[in-house]
Amino acid sequence: MGLEIFNTLILLLLVAAALVSLRVRDLLTAAVVFGIYSFLMCLLWAEMGGVDVAFTEAAVGAGISTVVLVATIFNLKRNSSD
Amino acid sequence: MFELGDILNDLFLERLNYLIYVVLLMIGLHAMIAKNNLIKKLIGMSIFQTAIILFYVSIGVKADATIPIYLPEHDPHGERAEEAGGPVALSVTEVAGYANPLPHVLMLTAIVVGVATLGLALALTQRIYQGYGTIEEDQLLVKLEREDGRTRKDEQPVPDATKSKSTKKTPTKRASKPASKKK
Amino acid sequence: MKSLSLIPVLLVGFLLVFAAQDFPEWGNPQSPASKSPVSSHFIAETGVDTEVPNMVTAVLADYRGFDTMFETVVVFIAGMAVLAILKNSVKKGSVRFDHIVDVEPDLIVTNTVRLIVPVIQIFAFYVLAHGHVSPGGGFQGGVLMGASFILVALSWDLETALARFPMNRCIIVAAAGIILYGGIGLLSMFLGGEFLDYAELAKVLPVSREMARYHAMLGVEIGVGLTVTAIMFALYANLSSEGKLEGGL
Repeated sequence: MGLEIFNTLILLLLVAAALVSLRVRDLLTAAVVFGIYSFLMCLLWAEMGGVDVAFTEAAVGAGISTVVLVATIFNLKRNSSD
Repeated sequence: MFELGDILNDLFLERLNYLIYVVLLMIGLHAMIAKNNLIKKLIGMSIFQTAIILFYVSIGVKADATIPIYLPEHDPHGERAEEAGGPVALSVTEVAGYANPLPHVLMLTAIVVGVATLGLALALTQRIYQGYGTIEEDQLLVKLEREDGRTRKDEQPVPDATKSKSTKKTPTKRASKPASKKK
Repeated sequence: MKSLSLIPVLLVGFLLVFAAQDFPEWGNPQSPASKSPVSSHFIAETGVDTEVPNMVTAVLADYRGFDTMFETVVVFIAGMAVLAILKNSVKKGSVRFDHIVDVEPDLIVTNTVRLIVPVIQIFAFYVLAHGHVSPGGGFQGGVLMGASFILVALSWDLETALARFPMNRCIIVAAAGIILYGGIGLLSMFLGGEFLDYAELAKVLPVSREMARYHAMLGVEIGVGLTVTAIMFALYANLSSEGKLEGGL
């Protein structure tokens, strides 16, 4: 029973992170919150038993994806209009 | 006939997680269509991809099952194998104690392909910024339409009265635009 | 106008929710995905066929090795495409006005990173080699190795990292990874089996057929790791410097 509550809580946090990442005007904040989203996904998969998938998502999603997004935003404008 | 109570029970109590996966998918899809900024569209694409991967991994879950790595008693180099003289295939009850490895394998590929796609899309975004100076979709559309208008004017035939003048315009800045930075 | 897009999105969402009613309950061991004969075969027979304790690595590198080979090719193509798009797009030597910064690499950061990067690389090798027994494998090890180079590029500057892993060597290493993977498959074909049928390698290696699959899986994971390392670093180097390979984050 406790596991289901944990799952539901992390899923709600996931939805919140996705919404925040898309609503902020500052692109750097959006990239960092996207990193939070990736980490929460990794946590969820580790709890579900997919340890290989969680490892890959932690390395690739929260590591490479976030860094590459920040590196691109460095070369573009930091503010978005919406 | 369906009863409202049954549907609500089905959806909200037993399958709440599927509902939330659908909500994540819709957030990602809406961001890809409706957001103005190109980077926000790419973040929406990534949210969409990871939500699908989440859905796939969750259908491989078995209640009270362990991770898909052999426990020491079933290990092909462990004690049971040494007693039997070689690795032993698992029985049906033992198989039910392990999580399903097939969705994990498929989704490993999906994650890596997702990050490759994201890298390529970001390179294209940088190129667009170098060429047009903006990454907002509405400003890009205005600039593209202006360019379309200019090329259409180039291709129109000049009227006969001015035939003496040279009708060939030199190729406009259009051809060399990718090399110049707009600002 | 953009708010009209909410309508098809909500429609699709409603259809998906309507379909979600028929899904099996979460965690039900009798669901069709869990009861399928393919997954049961993988769980039951991986130990007998390949003697590898990690089922996911065995399925990824052996039973579904063809998928993994083409996934590595996709990563390689993405790296090449980024290189092609961004190369020579900006004049070399031109720096943006707001990117000019006068700070040297920080003392604490560089000395800490100097201590930590060898540990990260050894850990990456461990994850790659131990992928048969614990969670891990080629991709994870390759990404960690690429991340160590990105860490060097972030703490000093991009030229320091490129002095250790120049871009043409990146491309050669990435191609070598795919050639290794395909080469093992072709070798199995020349020895009489099918493409990527690792058991045939028992004719050249002094091991049993099952252990030949075990060792060929390691070779294949090394190939994947090489390609992923090189492409992750190439992706970062080109994206952060807009193709100039100088300056950058």
